[in-house]
Amino acid sequence: MGKPEKKRSVCDKVRKSSAHAQIKTNPFEVKINKKKFDVLGRKSKHDVGLPGVSRSKAHNKRKQTLLKEFRMKNKANSFIDRRFGEYDAKMAPEDKILKRFAMERQHTQMKKDMFNLNDEEELTHYGQSLAEMEKFTDGVDSESDSEEKGLLSAEITASHFGGGGGLLRKKSSEEAEAKSKTRQELIEELILKSKQEKRERQTQKEETHELIEKLDQEWKSIQNLISRKTPREREEEKDKPKLDEYDMMVRELGFEIKAQPSEKLKTPEEIAREERERLQKLEADRLRRMEGQVDENPRPTHMSADDLNDGFILDKDDRKTLSYQDGKWNIEEEEGDGGDDDGDEGEDDDGDEEEDGDEGEDDSDGGDEEDDDDHSDLEDDEDEDGEDDGEKEEESAAEIRHMLSVEERKEIQDTARAELPYTFKAPECYMDLKAMLQGYSADEQCVIIERMKKCNHPSLAVGNKAKLQKQFGFLLEYVGELATHNPPQLTTINTLIPQIYSLSQLFPEAACRVMQSLIGDAAHSMEENVEVKGRAAFPGLDMLIYLRIATLLFPASDFRHPVTTPVFLYISQTLTKCAVVSLESVCAGLILCCLAVECVSLSKRFVPELINYLLGLLHLAVPTHTSTEYHVVHPFRLQGKSSELLRVCDPQSANSWTRKNISLSSAHKVTATTETEKDHFKLSVLYACLDLVKRCTALYQQLPAYQHIFQPIRILLAKHLPVSDYPSALQELRKEILEVIPERPSEHAPLVFDKKKPIPLKLLQPKVVEVLDYGKKRGNTKEEKERERLKHKYKKEFKGALREIRKDTRFLAHTKLSDTLRRDAERKRKVKELFGSLATQEGEWKALKKRKRK
Amino acid sequence: MCTLNLGVLRFSLTARYTGNMAPSKKPNVSKSDTEKSQTSPKQTISAKTELILQSRKHANNIFDLLEYLQSEKEKEVVCAINACQRLFCELLERGELYVGQLPKEEELLQGAWNADEKYHMFIRHRYNSCIELLLENIGHESYQVKESSLCAVMKFAAAEGKHPLQKQDWSQHYSFPKELISRLVWALLSEKQDMALLISRFQEFLEMDDVRYYVMNSARDNMHRVMERNKRAEMSVYQTNVFTLLTNITVPSQNSEITNFLVKQEAKYEDWKVAKLKEHKRAFELMWLTFLKYKLPMSMYKKVLVILHDSILPHMSDPTLMIDFLTAAYDVGGAISLLALNGLFVLIHEHNLEYTDFYKKLYNLMDPSIFHVKYRARFFHLANIFLSSSHLPVYLIAAFIKRLSRLALTAPPTGLLIVLPFICNLIRRHPSCRVLIHRPSADGEMCSDPYVLEEEDPAQCHALESSLWEIKSLQNHFHPDVSKAAKAINQALPEREDDISELLELSTFELMERDLKNQSQSVPLEFDSVTGLLQSPREVLGLHFSLE
Repeated sequence: MGKPEKKRSVCDKVRKSSAHAQIKTNPFEVKINKKKFDVLGRKSKHDVGLPGVSRSKAHNKRKQTLLKEFRMKNKANSFIDRRFGEYDAKMAPEDKILKRFAMERQHTQMKKDMFNLNDEEELTHYGQSLAEMEKFTDGVDSESDSEEKGLLSAEITASHFGGGGGLLRKKSSEEAEAKSKTRQELIEELILKSKQEKRERQTQKEETHELIEKLDQEWKSIQNLISRKTPREREEEKDKPKLDEYDMMVRELGFEIKAQPSEKLKTPEEIAREERERLQKLEADRLRRMEGQVDENPRPTHMSADDLNDGFILDKDDRKTLSYQDGKWNIEEEEGDGGDDDGDEGEDDDGDEEEDGDEGEDDSDGGDEEDDDDHSDLEDDEDEDGEDDGEKEEESAAEIRHMLSVEERKEIQDTARAELPYTFKAPECYMDLKAMLQGYSADEQCVIIERMKKCNHPSLAVGNKAKLQKQFGFLLEYVGELATHNPPQLTTINTLIPQIYSLSQLFPEAACRVMQSLIGDAAHSMEENVEVKGRAAFPGLDMLIYLRIATLLFPASDFRHPVTTPVFLYISQTLTKCAVVSLESVCAGLILCCLAVECVSLSKRFVPELINYLLGLLHLAVPTHTSTEYHVVHPFRLQGKSSELLRVCDPQSANSWTRKNISLSSAHKVTATTETEKDHFKLSVLYACLDLVKRCTALYQQLPAYQHIFQPIRILLAKHLPVSDYPSALQELRKEILEVIPERPSEHAPLVFDKKKPIPLKLLQPKVVEVLDYGKKRGNTKEEKERERLKHKYKKEFKGALREIRKDTRFLAHTKLSDTLRRDAERKRKVKELFGSLATQEGEWKALKKRKRK
Repeated sequence: MCTLNLGVLRFSLTARYTGNMAPSKKPNVSKSDTEKSQTSPKQTISAKTELILQSRKHANNIFDLLEYLQSEKEKEVVCAINACQRLFCELLERGELYVGQLPKEEELLQGAWNADEKYHMFIRHRYNSCIELLLENIGHESYQVKESSLCAVMKFAAAEGKHPLQKQDWSQHYSFPKELISRLVWALLSEKQDMALLISRFQEFLEMDDVRYYVMNSARDNMHRVMERNKRAEMSVYQTNVFTLLTNITVPSQNSEITNFLVKQEAKYEDWKVAKLKEHKRAFELMWLTFLKYKLPMSMYKKVLVILHDSILPHMSDPTLMIDFLTAAYDVGGAISLLALNGLFVLIHEHNLEYTDFYKKLYNLMDPSIFHVKYRARFFHLANIFLSSSHLPVYLIAAFIKRLSRLALTAPPTGLLIVLPFICNLIRRHPSCRVLIHRPSADGEMCSDPYVLEEEDPAQCHALESSLWEIKSLQNHFHPDVSKAAKAINQALPEREDDISELLELSTFELMERDLKNQSQSVPLEFDSVTGLLQSPREVLGLHFSLE
């Protein structure tokens, strides 16, 4: 059956391929598409077409698909044979069978044996596993089976075929009584018999099974007793000789500790946390000592034999058990003194601790008054230690602990009170901060802020960042207030500066905002004053210190900086708008000049106000104001009531003058009272002035207008300043300055514009554009092109689909027509046949009639 | 009491006539004093007013009222003023005041007048003394008193206007209480007291055209007399008062606006001087010229110049009359010259004033103070206009540019932000000035600045041979905006001019706000750690100052 098929398929192939080759060479079959232009390098697929071939291909395809569909139209079911290769005519049937078998095996293997470890497949015979059969595990069964089989077969054969003597004899003996019975009865008997036997066999089987099981169990119970040692001993005997060096090595290597984990580097957050915990611990300790809770005889705590001595003590199970009372969830309040578990307490508890501390302080204060006399000297000693790191005290406390009397306990209490608290809550408002810092020395205030910063490090809790951010503003306010004191507490401010600096490093934005608002407000109020009163007073010492802090915290050399640019503007505004009416204002102006010089010392930027102001200050020292060779600008006037502020009254005071730094607080109030002191102050101011001028000349030396900038100062120094009355240091300075400022302006090249890059010529090289798709495509941008291409493609596809549909309908119409034609032909043929038979009938009948007639 | 008075009517009338010779009426006052002890002065005053108005026989109560006008107590005075105002207005309306030439009180007895006439004359005399007292009260310490006195006088003026006290037998005469207004002006322009508040109250009345006209006339008269009397010396209080009054006077811009009168004139309205804008302008002009004729204090000078161009010059009938004043002011120098510029500009621009050496003077006006004075914006605005002409010679423009840039070396940032675009604009307008910032011919050749700052003549200062090295220096200015503006000269200037009008009023705080508002930028920090207030890597402050 397979053979002819195979033959046909082969010859089919041959025919087809040969036909194809023929067709290709047949000029009548080939259609050549004419090309308009020959484009070099373009490969065209469609230059030669085989319309006949493609048409027949399409026709065949339709036959396979469309026609079938058409035939199946309006029919409910269709049978699809999914067996492998069922419709493949080319395949030989043997191949098909083999393939199918293989696939089935694959199939089963894939599905069932996925997790089968022994990868052998089970071979079967009549649906039963061959392996099972070979093992003969179920001896009883197999026996019975074989017996049964043998029995059955013997009987059946006997009954069926009736052969053999024994059996025959038996038969003959039975025959007499069986004779009466019919065949029907015999068969029934036989069946009954076999059934009975079967039942018997079954019960027997069950019994043996039970027995076997019983035996098994008994064996097992005995086995435990017997086989306890024997197998192991045997194993050991086997193992021992096997231990060789190699194995030992391997095992050792396995147990050897690999790379020792090094101590982890701590992140800043961890460091901050540890620091806070340390402080909290110290604070708790201090509080405890302050309250006098010292356990006199520290009993050695019970140490269990299992103790690893690693400090881990599970002293009590502090896990709360969930319990209910009267149907409510019973939350036990934590008991125990706060001192012990401070270390574990979270951020929020800091406040409580602080309050506790305050109370404690109050208490001990109360107690202190009573026995103040007794311990005053001790207390002082301890006070000095109080600032120390605390650990030292802990040690000392531990040392004296063993001989504590009541007095000593009190002493410790005092020490603890004098000590600074270790944890601080971040103040919520300025008044809180002030209250926190008041009454402490400068260094202590510094420590307080340091500790407060550590306790509220932003990495410790969520709200801390906002809290600390506010601290910058508060601190500045505090500094401002210190500066307004009389006399200003400048040393305290000085010690606070590093704290302010570190806060600003933590929160640059917040610091910037605070500074900006300070400067903005000051500038605004000054401007308003100028507008309303026509003049403004010099800013106070606090503002000067703010400006100073701003220049310390932020880089002044930036081209534009959100803080230092306003600071510069503010300094400029002050130096041009504020009236110079007293020595204090002179001093404030001089501070600002110093700041300005310091700020521009890196960037060497030009500050006209600075030069104007220095000129003005020097002008104040000139005794006669008749000259018009130089102009002084705004806050200074050529003549006027305060235009001789710096004139040295007594020439003799120059002799007693020694260079001394001016106090910053002079901007607040000049302390000099006597004429000589005042003269000394003036000389100091003039010295500073001249020094600043010297620095300025060094800074601005490179400017093209250098000479013009310093010309007025030069004139003033050279001709008008009464140098002869001044000490030699001043004269020296003046001489140096005059040397650096040239009398004649230096020479410069005339200005020309910066050279521009020449504009490149227009390039005439062709522009190479990658062509992705041929054909006419409009659109300029990539998106547009893509759109056009898609449109084009869609159009093409649409047309193709339309064509296909048309061809389909034509094909269908053709099939329908051929169907009808075929049916008609059939009918015609049948009719013809009928007619033919009728005609023969008629002919026969006529012949018969003719014959009859004859 | 009423019946008793009826009984003594004859007596009281005679007493009135006889008693008038000796004005003090002690018994009456003492009587009123006793009455006052029982009732409050306010009630007494109103009761007396009622009595006087009721019948003539109580006319002597007027003396009491006048007495109250001089009282110590402010409240009483105010009450009395109100009462007098009511009383005399009423009487004027009734026509009970004598009309015509009033004989002296001494003549009153001798004269042959009937009783009615005598009564009218009596009332008229009291009216005059009342006005005298009121004008005195204008110099009172209390503003309340001043104000009500002023109002009362103005009420009288209105009433007099309606019922003239002069005989109007010839038609040319227009009824207006000129005399009264003139006396009021005299009182207002006190030589001792600053009347600014009262004068600003008076402005309400100055809106009436006839009042204003006569006030202007009488003010001029007053100034003449006072200044001549004081030998043309400066009188700051008086002149301040005059200035306040003068600045409160604004002349309407059109004839049709003159409709608001205190006294309506029925006859010959068209011929009335007051109704003519031209007359108003002339009066205004004369008034100001008189004021400016005398020496003014410096501050007053400035104040006048500030308002001159927009509130005086447009209202004058012939603004060119101001030329003398303005040129004199322009020659003074300093801030005053700056201010005079504005007036001069109006004259040059609108009235064809030919001013020789105007630019030379303008050039010399520029000194370092222009960046620091209050009128900086105004000055640069005008300078911008003056120098916008394209017909100016190049040397002049170059001189201005060079001078401004030299002065810029001492200017504050706000001034620099004006002057740098200003200079750039000048160079744009006059392309031949481009050599100042671009001189490629003498490439690399070193030369010192040939410009002479001290030279007063712009033609001689060699500005054109120079270059703007000052602006080059300002490119290193500390403020980023200034530095950027100065860098504009490094390239060829773009065609479009910078608009400096927005920069003119820029204040330091506004400049600062640009940086303060811009929150988006990051905040770089100083990396050198800080150890103390005075310590810093570039130590300057610490060298000269100490903490103690």
